[in-house]
Amino acid sequence: MFDLDLWREIFQSINKNRTRSLLSGFTVAFAILLFTILFGIANGLQNTFEQEFVDTATNSIFIMSGRTTIANEGLQAGRRIQFKNEDYEYVKEEFNDKVEFITSRVYKNVNASYKNEKNSYSLIAVHPDYQFVEKNIIKEGRYINQNDLENRTKIIVIGRLVEEDLFIKESAIGKYINLNGIQYMVVGVFTDEGGDNEERLIYMPITTAQLLYGNNDYIDQINLTYNPNLNYDQALGFSNLLTRKLKSRFSVASDDQRAIRVFNMAEATQQIDLMTGGLTVIILVIGFGTLIAGIVGISNIMIFIVKERTKEIGIRKALGATPKSIISIILIESILITAIAGYVGLLIGVGVLELSGPSLEVYFITNPGVSTSLVIGATITLVLAGALAGYLPAQKASRIKPIVALRND
Amino acid sequence: MLQIKKLHKSYPIGNSSLHVLKGIDLSVEQGEMVAIMGSSGSGKSTLLNIIGMLDEADSGEYILDGLLIKNLTEKKAAVYRNKFLGFIFQSFNLINYKNALENVALPLYYQGLKRKERQELAMFHLEKVGLTNWAHHLPKELSGGQKQRVAIARALAANPKLLLADEPTGALDTTTSNEIMEFIQQLNDEGKTILMVTHEEDIANMCKRIVHLRDGVIIEDKKIKQVRAGHYV
Repeated sequence: MFDLDLWREIFQSINKNRTRSLLSGFTVAFAILLFTILFGIANGLQNTFEQEFVDTATNSIFIMSGRTTIANEGLQAGRRIQFKNEDYEYVKEEFNDKVEFITSRVYKNVNASYKNEKNSYSLIAVHPDYQFVEKNIIKEGRYINQNDLENRTKIIVIGRLVEEDLFIKESAIGKYINLNGIQYMVVGVFTDEGGDNEERLIYMPITTAQLLYGNNDYIDQINLTYNPNLNYDQALGFSNLLTRKLKSRFSVASDDQRAIRVFNMAEATQQIDLMTGGLTVIILVIGFGTLIAGIVGISNIMIFIVKERTKEIGIRKALGATPKSIISIILIESILITAIAGYVGLLIGVGVLELSGPSLEVYFITNPGVSTSLVIGATITLVLAGALAGYLPAQKASRIKPIVALRND
Repeated sequence: MLQIKKLHKSYPIGNSSLHVLKGIDLSVEQGEMVAIMGSSGSGKSTLLNIIGMLDEADSGEYILDGLLIKNLTEKKAAVYRNKFLGFIFQSFNLINYKNALENVALPLYYQGLKRKERQELAMFHLEKVGLTNWAHHLPKELSGGQKQRVAIARALAANPKLLLADEPTGALDTTTSNEIMEFIQQLNDEGKTILMVTHEEDIANMCKRIVHLRDGVIIEDKKIKQVRAGHYV
């Protein structure tokens, strides 16, 4: 039941002892302020890490080749390993049950021109699956398809910024771009969350690139995503197996680190997760430490308040106050001060994060802030903290004997 | 109205204990005005505290208005105090951040009355002690006599059966003391039962009965002819 009179009593007590209430509130406000800022910064760091990896599927594996560093099976060190289409087919067939999407990549730098606009871009020749490995989003038109591969069509898919650079105020779809002297038709425009660099790329069917730039079946890199149902250990096992099989396929020594490199995104993600996890734990420990200091502070002040109000409580008891009503007064006063002061601290903290957010990006802190759920959690914590801080003093107050309190001094 | 039989009370002091009340028998009728006298250490305050349910006796029987007061829980004691007893203290014991009206209304709050009723009743009692114009003043803005009158109004507010006064004039000068005593006598005339602890002879003489305590026993219990305080004012 909402007891208006009880609240009136409490507000009067807080209001008539403003300095005391302000002082106790300050401790809590400051604790929550620190807590909020720390938490916001931790969130900001986490955001930065996550952003770095957001554009690539987390279940990706990259396979790259280089020169051998160790002589093996009668072959000299320094031999160059070159992947070809058959290697792509091999991985695709051999690990059919584990591979989700797979694509080869061939890199080229090209000078592109359309009418009077010119610029140079990176060209990546790929399989259709690349869209899903790289998480490209088609904005307009279509992506590379199987038909393009088979017919070696001279089409390209360009990034949003390429379109912006070359096509001023017109759609690129259906237009022809000149790349190093050959005309290609633009069939699609894509966007990517990985930032500007990822949107300044041009994609081409891999078969077309192999035909036109060297007439061979070389590939620079194989990218794949594995079955998302694999857990971390299985994923790691898969990439290890992949490494071993490829090394023996190319007669590379098993301890050669350069010739064939398999990079498993899961490992990187795992490391980042561990790091941000550790960071979060540290910040939580510091934050809760601050919070506990605040609670102890207000508890101290409440004990002092009870001491100061001993006589008043004695009078109230002599006049018929039950222990329960004494507890309510002290407890609710504590909760109220804690909750209000805590909220002020929270608001200031959020404000500080909001204001300083943009200037913190240099320090790898992106979008520092606290979530709604944290605010709700903090509110509950504050009420609990107030109750905790007020409980012992309130118990103490309820046990005050009026006869002792009213003794003439 | 009030019966006490073979009341004993001792306080522990270190390893030994101090026997303060050594078998008190006392009975007070409705409408009496009793002064409990004795030097300090005679046990008079302890007796008043037990009667006021602020303290509990070790043994013996205490019946208030037909109700046996024994082994009360804190909550029950609080309810009984609120319902049966009005307290007047030497040091007034007003709550310093509440004005006169709010102080008087406090026991009514613990009776669970509505705010409007409380304020009306409190105002009525303040009027009775002649402090209508001071209703919204804080205790620190009042004189000693006025403070004690607020305290009396507060004690009366809950319409108690028994008024307990602990040295009600102890902190006041003679003139003010007489004013207060005159008012208390007036209350008694209207039928209130009053029990008062004092060590001043002339104050005791303004009651109708004097109970003398020495070393925890009643050595004298006599009815007297009341001296009206009005003569001095």
